[in-house]
Parts: sequence; structure tokens; C-alpha cells
Amino acid sequence: MSPGQRLVNRARRMRPEGFPWAAPTWPVHIERDAPRRHLGADYDTEWTRRYPARLVRAVLLDNVTRPLAHIVASPEVRGDEVLALVEAPAIYVANHASHIDTGLLLSVLPAAVRHKTVVAAAADHFFDRRWKAHAWSLVLAAIPIERHKVNRKSVEDTAALLRQGWNLIIFPEGGRTHDGWFQAMRGGPGYLATRTGRPVVPVHIDGTYRIWPRGGRRLRRSPTRITFGSPIVAADGEDARTLEARIDAVLGVLADESRSDWWTARRHAGAGTTPSPRGPAASAWRRAWALGPDPHADDDSDEKRWAISRD
Amino acid sequence: MSPRPGFVLEVDRSTPSTLFWHGEGYRLEKLPVGSRVLYAPEPVDALPDPMGSIRRALDEPLGDAAPLRSQLRAGMQLTIAFDDISLPLPPMRGPDIRQLVIEQVLELAAEAGVDDVVLIAALALHRRMTDAELRHALGNRIFDAFAPHGLLWQHDAEDPEQLVHLGLTDQGEDVEINKRAATSDLLVYVNINLVAMDGGHKSVATGLASYKSLRHHHNAHTMTQSKSFMDQHRSELHSSNWRMGRLIAASGVKVFQIETNLNTDTFPEQFRFLQRREWEWTARDRAAFLASSKALQATPDRVARSIFHSIRAPHKMSAVQAGEVEAVHARTTENVYAQQLLEVEGQSDILTMGLPYICPYNVNSIMNPILVACLGLGYFFNMYRGQPLVRAGGVVIMSHPTPWAFHPGHHPSYIDFFEQVLAETTDPAEIGKYEESFATDPWYIHLYRTGNAYHGVHPFYMWYWCAHALEHVGAVIIVGGDRAAVRRLGFKPATTMADALEMASDTVGRDPTITHLHSPPLLMSDVR
Repeated sequence: MSPGQRLVNRARRMRPEGFPWAAPTWPVHIERDAPRRHLGADYDTEWTRRYPARLVRAVLLDNVTRPLAHIVASPEVRGDEVLALVEAPAIYVANHASHIDTGLLLSVLPAAVRHKTVVAAAADHFFDRRWKAHAWSLVLAAIPIERHKVNRKSVEDTAALLRQGWNLIIFPEGGRTHDGWFQAMRGGPGYLATRTGRPVVPVHIDGTYRIWPRGGRRLRRSPTRITFGSPIVAADGEDARTLEARIDAVLGVLADESRSDWWTARRHAGAGTTPSPRGPAASAWRRAWALGPDPHADDDSDEKRWAISRD
Repeated sequence: MSPRPGFVLEVDRSTPSTLFWHGEGYRLEKLPVGSRVLYAPEPVDALPDPMGSIRRALDEPLGDAAPLRSQLRAGMQLTIAFDDISLPLPPMRGPDIRQLVIEQVLELAAEAGVDDVVLIAALALHRRMTDAELRHALGNRIFDAFAPHGLLWQHDAEDPEQLVHLGLTDQGEDVEINKRAATSDLLVYVNINLVAMDGGHKSVATGLASYKSLRHHHNAHTMTQSKSFMDQHRSELHSSNWRMGRLIAASGVKVFQIETNLNTDTFPEQFRFLQRREWEWTARDRAAFLASSKALQATPDRVARSIFHSIRAPHKMSAVQAGEVEAVHARTTENVYAQQLLEVEGQSDILTMGLPYICPYNVNSIMNPILVACLGLGYFFNMYRGQPLVRAGGVVIMSHPTPWAFHPGHHPSYIDFFEQVLAETTDPAEIGKYEESFATDPWYIHLYRTGNAYHGVHPFYMWYWCAHALEHVGAVIIVGGDRAAVRRLGFKPATTMADALEMASDTVGRDPTITHLHSPPLLMSDVR
């Protein structure tokens, strides 16, 4: 054990435990009032869209987030030429594998878009502490979204932002993948698109799961690939469910495209043989196996990965 | 949002430790599962327009009193008496409520052309207030207008020239009060009400009385017959004061009583954790508790005492009523009960309480062991209606450092009482035989009249105040107190609460029921 670690352990031992050093426990038979909520979905992010906050965010995005994203993730962007066709504001819908997805996606969006984009973030995770709510809403223009229940207020607030000209990034899986495969898509983007009439831009992000997966303790440099699909606009009378099914299908094709090429993915889509982005319905190890070797990794690191797996 | 009512918590495994006052500090104690903790109702809202409310009270008096304005005329003699330093606790932030009320009374007197006005601090046998204390209570305008001209008096219960004997009640009680007050055309009494015992006829019959008069109800017999003295219907102290008050009224003394209720918002923002339920403490409350308790542990007693006595309470006036004494006091008592009363089901074997640094008799002074006993067994024990919180033969456990320390300027006779009388006996009925010698001791009288000392007999009163509790309970244990001082009081010292509970089991058995009186804020239990 290093001297530093010993010091940390000693400090932990010396720290008195329990109330009042820790928060008090609540007597079992005392009913607990609903806490006054200024956090979570009730956090007011209006201040982050004022010019001083936007200026701070723009400086951070362009001078910290983008360079970092390029150093850590070396993004290869495909299909970004379609962005020129997108009539702002738009809803950018992406799969979600890592906390760095947001920063990475923002850093590859055109400047005009990324400086006027809000990011739907889990109210229970990013807005559960005051400091987190302040930090994420300032740095990423995050807005709180309830992911475990329907919250009319957060949906209405988001629709209002779209109407005010703000682009939206949303991860419809409601959280990061547990194993690298897509998760089931939840409602949200389809409803917002049909309600506001704004186009949906599907985006596939590949490779961030290797950089910082759920539960990962540190960043690992690895190349990534961002694939933009053509904007999807709700047809007249199209309901949110149908639109979401379309978005889901396009994301699957983009995942295929990311692993192959545009033409191959098109042919698979045409033949109805697009591989499922959700992986096989099998045990955990088989799903991990089915992910296959890292397509971006060199041979050495690939060997190492399998070597570890065999232990 | 309206303030939450008080409630009775039953301690379970998830209940956090409970806060106990401990003199100039506090402790967190883990009470056994199943114990009850009584939490007071939250402070009621302040009056939105206190000045307007005072004006309305003077113009629309209760009972058969005429509006104050109509009772004032040029050439009359007006005396305004007011409660002394013992109220409120802790002293309130300026402007003091007495200032607000008296300024309005004086405005009316000035309008009516009243020239002969005297203000009297109703000390009874309490110590004289210092100029700074008077200035704080009355404000600069009043102090500067009256004090330099000798028109701001402090009642002197030992000056025969200042007293008048009005007669005997039907129980043979002497009624001797301040002559100026008794012979004025109008006596306006300005009261502050914190507990149900304050106010009413007690204001004049006690506050402006002499020893000759006070001894009739400040004695062991009256106190043991007052169950409790916070419950007017079962208080012999109350009855005696009422007999005297009615005699005063019958003697032609015209009293216009102004009573004010204060809310129980007792401590400023930095100490708000004292008034909060422990499981609702925020990170800020915990930080304030830890920072202040750790700092106080490292602070000399003297400094800690001066820090606490510099606290000014954010009390706010919650009601004001004026007019005829009994009608006014009935309304005031209703307000007190509405704010402080908490229904409690049944008595318990053990009553625990944490005692703070202050009681009515040690403002800007030392809480000596006699006052510790008085606060716990006199005041807190008696904060009930119906029956005491602890059963007959039960145990009271109090937490206080109980230092063997006295303020020689404020409590000179306490020192001798502690050294001589309590060394002899702690039985309130027994100590009476020494009372006369202390009450008439010329040195104590001199200090009372010219210094800032409590009257020589005052420590006896403090002990009489404990009489009901001492008669009722089987044992009294003080946690964390000076062992010698605690033993001198006739109580048992314990180092920790766990030790105290273990010791209590000798009296109440191995599986006692426990009730903790959590304060602040003040609460009065209505024990069914």
C-alpha cells in the first residue's frame, strides 16, 4: 500500500461516523414530507441560456471540451454533410454509451449549432445536487428530464425551448448502455418532434463505450466514429410511436453503417438484414462475445483483450 | 405555511440522537428505543403590524375598561410599570416589546397633556436592572427622557417610604405594594408573556409588592399546592395573586393592563438547529452544531457564558391585548396555550431534560446550582397541565454542568444559602426556619437596594419553586454536573446519560418508560 493510500485510510478511520457528522436518519414512523424541490426536474435552467452563461459555455466548449474530445476520442465523423440540410432547431437523437457522448457530440456539431443547443440530461442523476445542477447546466446547457416517469412539465419546457430556437440533444435510451449494445428506446424524441414539427437528426456514436463505460474509473483513449443520418421529419398525422419506430430503425442502420459503410448498410436495410443493434437475446457473456473485437483497435490491444477474457 | 403543531415522537432504531441543552453547550444523547420525545409546536407567526395592533389594543380594551385615551387627562398622575430583566428569555432583539408599547402609551399621555408620569421597573425582589438593561428594554428615547429626571424608577421592596399597605385578603394575606403605583390616578402595567404563569394580577401583586406581601405565596406550602403553577385552575400561587389583585382593585387602584404574547422563536439563525427536530437537520445545521459545540468545548466557561448571554432572541410579538386585568389575562393565557400546549398520553417513570444557560434569574449572570435546580424542577417540571410528565416516585434526569459558581454581585445571599442552609437540609419545608434571617439581613437588603443583587430571601424562593417536584419525584439525577455541587443540592451526579438511566433503574426498575422534554422552543404538556 502506498503512503498516500495509507494516509487516506487513516483519515477515513479517524472520521467520526454517524449523526451529526453524517445526515440524520429519519424515524421510521414519521411521515416524510416531499422535499421542497429546487433540484431534479424542477431545477430552473433559464439562467444558463442568458448571454453571460452562453459566453462562458462557448469558451469552455471551444477551448476545453473540443480539444479534449479530439485528444481522447479522435472522432471520425461520417455523414456530417447532411447537417447543412437540417433546418434549425433540430432534435439530435443518439445512442448512449458513455458520459463523454455529450461532449463529443457537441464538439463535432457545427459551431452555430453547438452554441445553441441544450442537452436533455437525467434529472435524477445530473440535477440531484445543487453543485451538479449548476455545473452541468452551465457547461453543457443541460436541462433536466425525468427518465423514470412521465413529467409533463419537463416535456413542455423542452418543447418550449425548441420553439424558441434551441437545438436539443437527447439520448432516448434514458441512460448509458450496460454492455455496449443499444437499450430499448423510450418515448420522448418522437413526441417532441410531432408536437413541435422539428426535424430529428439521428446520430450513432461508436467507440465511447471503450473510452469510459458505465462504472469505468478512468478514461482510456480510443478512436470513435460519429455517424449522422438524414433528418427525419414527422409526416402529416404521423403519431409519436410510429415516428419513434422510424428513428429506432434508422439508428440501427447507422450502427451498421458505422461498422461497415454506407452502401453495405443500405443494402442490409433494403434486404431487411440489418443486424440488431441490441445484440442477441442471450446470456451476458454471449452478448459480450457477440460485440466482437474492437474494430478500431490494433492487433496488439485486441490480443490483450482476449487474453484478459480467457483468465 | 402555518406553524406545525408539537408532537410526541416515539424513539425507534432510526431516530437520530436527541439534542440536550447542557448549560453553555449541548449534548447529543441516544435515548433508548421506546422513549418519548416531546417536541414543541413551532413558533406562531408574528403580528404583521405590531404598532397598529398596539394602537388598536389601547383603543379597544377588553373587559369593562375604557379606552386608554379617554382615561388620560391633564393634571393626572400616571404610572407605567413594566416587567423587569427576567423577561423575555433570552432578552429580545431591539426594539424590545416594552419600548414599543410604552412609547405608544406615552404618545397618548403627551396628547392628553399628562405631565406627571413615572416609569417603574416591577422588580419585586429581583435585582435592579443596569442602565444598559433599562436602555435596552425601553429604548433610547424613553430612557433619555425619563432617567435623567429621576422619573425612571426601579421598585424598591425595602423602602417603607415607597410602599403602602392596602389591607388583608380574606385569607389574611398582606397586600403591600408600591405607593406611587397604588396612589396614581392610573397605573398602566406593561407585561411580556412567555408562559402561562406570567401576567394577570401577578404583575402588580407580585412585581410591585414587598417581602411582607410576597411571603404569603412564595413559600413551600403554596408551591406544593400549585399543581402546576402554570395551570391557573390548580395553582395556589395563582389563587393567592388573584385574591391580592382583587383587593388592589377594590382599594381603588385603577390598573390598565397591557399584555403581550411573544412567539417562541427563541434563537437566531446561527443556532436554529436548537429549535429543529434532529432528523430534519440540514447540512448547515449539522455544521453549525459541530462548529459551535467543538468551539465551546475549547472555550473558557467565562467566555462561553458571555457569548451566550450576548444572544438576542428573535422573539416577535404574536398578540397584544389591553384593558381590565382578568379579561386581558384570559385572552393572553388562551394565546399561550394555543402556542405551547401539547397533548401527552400518560406519565412516565423518567423525565429527562436538558437545561440551558439561562433562566429568569441569571440574565447576564451565572447559572448557579440553585438556579439549575429551580429551572429544572421549578420551571420545566411545572410546564404541565393535568398531571406531571413523570409519575409520583419517578426520576427526573437533568443535563447541566451545574458549576459551583455564583455571581457575587447578583446572588450574594445564594452563596450563603448554598453553603449554610443546603448543607443543613434540602427539604423546602425545613428551610423556612432560616428564611427570616436572610430576608431581614441588613447587608443583603443594602445590596438589593443599592447594588444589583437579588434580595436576601430570593434563594429560598428558588428552592420553594422546586418544592412540588421534590415532593413528587423519587430521585433527581444531574448528568455532567459538578459532583460536589450536585450532591449539595441533594441530587445524584452522573457522568453520562447511560449512567443516569442505570442509576434511575434503582428507583423505577429495569424497564422504565422515559419522556424527554425537548426545548427550545418552550412547550407545556397537557398530560391526560
